[in-house]
Amino acid sequence: MTVTHHIHDSMLAAYAAGRLPQAFEMVVAAHVSLCDHCRAALETHQFVGGTLLETGQTEDLSAGALDTLMARLDDNLSEAPNEVAQVNRRMGIYPGPVARALGQRPPRWRAAGGGVRQTILFENGKSSARLLYIPGGMAVPDHGHNGTELTMVLQGAFHDETGHFGPGDVEIADESLEHTPIADPGPACICLAATDARLRFTSLLPRLAQPFLRI
Amino acid sequence: KIERSEQTEWMLAVRDDRDRAAFARLFGFFGPRIKGMLMRSGMSGAAAEDVVQDVMLAVWNKSAQFDPARAPVSAWIYRIARNRQVDLARKAARPLPEEIETETPPEADAGQILGLQQEGARLRDALARLGPEQREMIARAYLGDLTHSEIQAATGLPMGTIKSRIRLGLERLRHELKDLRS
Ligand SMILES: [Zn+2]
Ligand SMILES: [Zn+2]
Repeated sequence: MTVTHHIHDSMLAAYAAGRLPQAFEMVVAAHVSLCDHCRAALETHQFVGGTLLETGQTEDLSAGALDTLMARLDDNLSEAPNEVAQVNRRMGIYPGPVARALGQRPPRWRAAGGGVRQTILFENGKSSARLLYIPGGMAVPDHGHNGTELTMVLQGAFHDETGHFGPGDVEIADESLEHTPIADPGPACICLAATDARLRFTSLLPRLAQPFLRI
Repeated sequence: KIERSEQTEWMLAVRDDRDRAAFARLFGFFGPRIKGMLMRSGMSGAAAEDVVQDVMLAVWNKSAQFDPARAPVSAWIYRIARNRQVDLARKAARPLPEEIETETPPEADAGQILGLQQEGARLRDALARLGPEQREMIARAYLGDLTHSEIQAATGLPMGTIKSRIRLGLERLRHELKDLRS
């Protein structure tokens, strides 16, 4: 897979620092699963974080802290390492973290209007992560963004005013972008999409449909 | 001549020999630093101590995953601590990248372990040479509670030496990942 559109470096730094909204974390984790370039960048930020941790401020621990910890070593209540690998396993076109959010089961698609189908992976207030299924040649209605929208292609491809996006590619759209993504002809385009605000549809019909689409 | 750091030795003794004395030393070194980081991001002392316990327990239980040729102990623990902190804040499991399956035993990579350690020493130098304001800004970005856009501003600062260290570290890691995959 040739990935040409990557995650911004500052977003990888924010992921390393644990300061990214959950919906965006999903896209970062999915992309890093497929892209060694961004994995190396993420690990470099963790390297910097670790170096700062080593040289950073210390706070004294309470007197019994070590004894408490040593007493817990034999309990072994925490999950075994293999369990984590199991739940985070790739499933077909779905990278580990997406497969995990799907419960390792195929997505249950629901009609989202205009032939587009979707499965919501996560939703919290205005922030959401979802899978979109766009039949070949079909357009997602023209829209703008109130916040940031990350779209990662898992299967097929789409293009819009800013470029062409294939498997693994991430489009980062902000307030300044109005676009009409169109799926390439051929097999359906399946994307992972995350937003931290509602989309603004420019034509009347999708605006009416927005409460049902929940995007 | 560079030798493996004390922390690396302790961590390998924990991983390979389940050495409790070495684990206690790791705790003595990292415990107060993790607590410092967590309190910096706004956590109370008592809550931070609980997280320190969880993180160190994970270090013990997941030690088999520690590969000193991939990441220094500090980076590995930093990652575990941030994951734990996010899980707790949300009461939900954080989306994590797939792990890379490694087959080569890390012992074969003595040169890489030292290379990574040298990289760390140079990064510490570069950080020490920053002006106090820039050093504080970057520490807040990685250890504190900046928002994503504030982190963007902090990591976008013109910090010549540290940037070039990050870039070199990136080149190294990209190289190693390529070897792992082949
Ligand atoms: Zn990438
Ligand atoms: Zn959009």
